[in-house]
Amino acid sequence: MNKRQLTYTVVILILAWQICSTILQKPILPSPIIVILNLFVELFHGKLGTHFLVSLYRVLAGMGLAVLTATPAGLLLGQSKKLNQIFIPLIYILYPIPKVVFVPIIMLLFGIGDVAKIIIIFIILFFQILVLVRDQAVNIRPELLNSVRSLGAGRKALFRFVYFPATLSAILTSLRQSVGTAIAVLYIAELFATQSGLGYYIYFQGSTLFNYPAMYAGVVAMSLLGLGMYFGIDQMEKRMCKWLFVA
Amino acid sequence: MVHPVNSSTESMIRLDKVTFTHSQNKKPIFEDFNWEIKRSERWVVLGPSGCGKTTLLYMLAGILFPQNGLILFDGTQISRPRPESGLILQDYGLLPWATVRENCALGLKIRKLYGADGVHAPRGDYKSGKEGIWLKRLGLVEFEDKYPHQLSGGQRQRTAIARTLVLRPDLLLMDEPFSSLDVQSRESLQDLTLSLLAEFGMTLILVTHSIEEAATMGEKILILKEPPNMEAFIVDNPITCKDNYRNSISFKDTCNNLRLMLGISNL
Repeated sequence: MNKRQLTYTVVILILAWQICSTILQKPILPSPIIVILNLFVELFHGKLGTHFLVSLYRVLAGMGLAVLTATPAGLLLGQSKKLNQIFIPLIYILYPIPKVVFVPIIMLLFGIGDVAKIIIIFIILFFQILVLVRDQAVNIRPELLNSVRSLGAGRKALFRFVYFPATLSAILTSLRQSVGTAIAVLYIAELFATQSGLGYYIYFQGSTLFNYPAMYAGVVAMSLLGLGMYFGIDQMEKRMCKWLFVA
Repeated sequence: MVHPVNSSTESMIRLDKVTFTHSQNKKPIFEDFNWEIKRSERWVVLGPSGCGKTTLLYMLAGILFPQNGLILFDGTQISRPRPESGLILQDYGLLPWATVRENCALGLKIRKLYGADGVHAPRGDYKSGKEGIWLKRLGLVEFEDKYPHQLSGGQRQRTAIARTLVLRPDLLLMDEPFSSLDVQSRESLQDLTLSLLAEFGMTLILVTHSIEEAATMGEKILILKEPPNMEAFIVDNPITCKDNYRNSISFKDTCNNLRLMLGISNL
């Protein structure tokens, strides 16, 4: 996706939105122009900016925590057959469970603060990253490992020069794949017992105040949050995995 | 007649009653197998697939270990990859995410990580080269910023050879190093390898299924057959390395001889 494609897509989306709202003529679907005006007003005069930053912090913290724990765990499982045999059944049982079902339990355990929200995002990402990193580590060719061993590499050097770089692109891929899920779950987590975050803001504006333009401004902010994260991950991949981008 | 004892006649590697069985099989690949390699010799291990030639090479590389018997390097049993040995495989030995230059410098980085501990790197004041010299020597300078998937098979193998030679090994272990290359690249890399071996006095053990490659590269050829291999069948081939050797009559004689030994019909 380049910038020109993105611009075209945004223009077409806004046009389609405008057409729908013109046809419908109801307050529940305001014109995009009103929404964008509201977005700026809410950002600079309202509290949307704060809610945005709170949500951003929660997603980033959950992601960071997941990368820092799932990567070493995936690498360990990937290079030890024994550990793999012990833990893989457990992971395959837990992996398909939609983690949203844990939202009430985690709230109960970790309270209503940021920690609970971060942990919910962490749990979702943890399994995605763990499984992808493990697969990548298992699929490293034995020829490559033996060649590098013959250059003198022990376990430490194999981790540093083979396992870690081999799984870097898997980590970024799993992060990209889970941005959407992470934000969706963040929304759900922010519906309960909190007064901050984009989820709360959208729900409060839409269902309590019936301020639809502000509600849509929140939705646009949430979409921008996801888009920003996609671009951030793409940039990291282009920098750290240059070899994937040369023909 | 009294032979003077010097380093070139001492045995460098000795296999003493080696028995090796793959864990999933009952039949051993090697049984009480003896073999001896002297310093600076050029050996080729020749045999059909499944004869155990790669297993043998991996045992010499310190990656696989026999259930019984000894593999001795200068009298010491091998228990892990020996820092003075260089291993070059058919393919997939280069880091796909690293450029040619980074790949060549990998061994140096690994040695820096561990220091001269005598386990991962040779002990003492060991001078390894710089990757730049070897990139130049193997004609890789113009490709140094490319990644392995951007290279031809021949360029990849040159990179693998450069990466190994940076560490100044005394033994090259090669597993079908030129099998996937086209004829021109194969012959030019065979010649290059032979001249590098002569220049640095390295010992070579090369594994192949190609009779022509065995006759080109090996001054001594070890023939392996259907397992279990209990005896080393050795063919002497002292007249390699001459100009235009591939077209000579002695080359064809050696090839025919090897065919007979392998039990392949000459007709």
